[in-house]
Amino acid sequence: MLQAFAVQVSAERAAGPSGEQTTAEIPAVELHNVSRKFGPVSAVAGISLSIRRGEFFSLLGPSGCGKTTLLRLVAGLDLPDAGTVSINGLEATHTPAHQRPVNTVFQSYALFPHLNVRENIAFGLRMKRMARKQIEERVGSIMETVRISELAGRRISQLSGGQKQRVALARAIVNEPQVLLLDEPLGALDLKLRKELQVELHALQRRLGITFIYVTHDQEEALAMSDRIGVMHAGRMAQLGAAEEVYERPRTRFAAQFIGACNLLRGTVRHCSERDFMVRTELGEVRVELGQSARPLQLGQSCTLAIRPEKVRVLAFTERREVNSFPVRVSGFVYTGSETQYRLETPGGLLNAWVMNARSGPPVFQIGDRATVQLPWDALVLLDD
Amino acid sequence: MTSQSQIHRGEAITRGRLSIRAAASLGPGFIWLILFFLIPLGIIAAMSFLSRGEDGTVDRPLTLENYRRLAGFGLLGFDPLYPIILFRSFVLGSGTAMLCLTAGLPLAFFIAKLSKPFKQLALTLVVIPFWTNLLIRTYAWQMLLGPGSWITQLAVWLRVIGPDEALYPGTFAVYLCMVCDFLPFMVLPLYASVEKLDWSMAEAAMDLGANRFQVFRHGVLPQIQPGVIAGLILVFLPATGQFVIPDLLGGAKTAMLGNAIQQQFGPGLDWPFGSAVALVSLAVALAGLWLFTRKTADQNLEIV
Repeated sequence: MLQAFAVQVSAERAAGPSGEQTTAEIPAVELHNVSRKFGPVSAVAGISLSIRRGEFFSLLGPSGCGKTTLLRLVAGLDLPDAGTVSINGLEATHTPAHQRPVNTVFQSYALFPHLNVRENIAFGLRMKRMARKQIEERVGSIMETVRISELAGRRISQLSGGQKQRVALARAIVNEPQVLLLDEPLGALDLKLRKELQVELHALQRRLGITFIYVTHDQEEALAMSDRIGVMHAGRMAQLGAAEEVYERPRTRFAAQFIGACNLLRGTVRHCSERDFMVRTELGEVRVELGQSARPLQLGQSCTLAIRPEKVRVLAFTERREVNSFPVRVSGFVYTGSETQYRLETPGGLLNAWVMNARSGPPVFQIGDRATVQLPWDALVLLDD
Repeated sequence: MTSQSQIHRGEAITRGRLSIRAAASLGPGFIWLILFFLIPLGIIAAMSFLSRGEDGTVDRPLTLENYRRLAGFGLLGFDPLYPIILFRSFVLGSGTAMLCLTAGLPLAFFIAKLSKPFKQLALTLVVIPFWTNLLIRTYAWQMLLGPGSWITQLAVWLRVIGPDEALYPGTFAVYLCMVCDFLPFMVLPLYASVEKLDWSMAEAAMDLGANRFQVFRHGVLPQIQPGVIAGLILVFLPATGQFVIPDLLGGAKTAMLGNAIQQQFGPGLDWPFGSAVALVSLAVALAGLWLFTRKTADQNLEIV
């Protein structure tokens, strides 16, 4: 928290003269209490959100959580039932899509099959009645940027998935939008290509400085690319924050379990001091660092603790640590190459622990082995619910 | 089994058996086409170069006289009667096709947007006029549009026509009936295209700054173009040869292609000339279609 604050302060200082500062303060997109219902279903239920200029912002959530609907409200392809949408500080709730300074990369790419690659990319500029020569220049340079110059004359049906993706991206950014909306743009690609394009997309965003709003259901993708992530659940914002904050400090059970894997421990608060508090769980007494809990705790209140599997330490049975160490039995493991994912049997149910395979050789523990787990007290997170 | 068996769509079968099967399934269609289409067409083509004998028989010598006459160089000097008839018929055909397209597009979109049970109902309603005989429908229009009918009275009251006039007979009545008659031929193929429409293409066009017209032009039309072309052809061809409706509702004043051909084969007893008329109209229609499809296909490639 402190660190994040310090960064923000220095950024404001760097903004310099007052004129620049005010434009820097105007959010690229601001949503105020936006709702959208489809029949009885609330796809978006009263979301307020402010997206900074030049930010890579991800909307993350399972399918049907309303993230695409929210994106379409910003694009102007759908109208909110309530609330307002502002783009660049200007109210744009009822501005038609073709007049908004935003462009979209569609999930299905939605490239025009009757136009070739160059014509597809030139489409937006042509709609703006830009001079032919200028169009040619901009289209040419954008095709170089996304490295598809050699595809210029191809028909859309002759492109591979990855190439289509690049064309769709070029077709949107050639218009130099204030905000680029991306609706699961890498969803249809295979894993390797997706990883490659993630890196490229991220670099491109940094270079162009365009605000990106990126919709995805892939938490890894969101973590890898975003400045901030909005985790959506059932039409609401479950958590909003920087990538590492959302991962390290999940606030709700949903956020904890949707982003990455998570062990949950239920218990009751036993003891509270200035530095820490104790929670009685089925595993035993667990000590938790207090700094991470913003709200006051009451003795005897029930609570849920979360800990990421990779933060659980697995030690030899004979080894004992002072704090939060418990005996367990290995009930199974999955060897993934870079790590071994253990399933550990405890009095309170199964516990997942992922151990990096730093040394070569077979997994240290076999099924049925007894071991000791240690839950570092600063890795435990108290959830809101 | 001498020949090696191979796997064809999951079935082990020899090449020979596959050929027999293909011949058996394609054969009837081929024979039908040859017997009732190619051979008659050949006869007509041949006949168009023969002459009319005494008493209306078909006779030698071989001649190009029929085509000369068709082009307007008759016994009584130049008279462009047949080119005019041909032109008039094509105007009627293409006019009907365009009107059907104008009326059919909104209808197709409307039906495609309906929920499933209503969709079935709407499609049935579109096809229902087929269940009544064309002549009966045409006579019904005569009554509906004749002097004294309430539609005529309404038109008089609205000052669309003068007090002593009627909507029938006339061009309006002809086109009205033609559109009603041929609309299903347009709506059905259009609907099939509109049904499959990918609206994200329209949204992409909108997103890239296209106005309503441009969205339709670039986001919708290219997708439904196969349906539009199919519909135009399906309406244009029969509408060009249609002569009952212009005859009954147009007041039998103007000859159409259909009448012209029927005249030669019927009362005129001039089969060679009738064949020439039929063949030329067929050729002109095919040439027109070829130009039309080639032009629309080209448009797909050109920078808009």
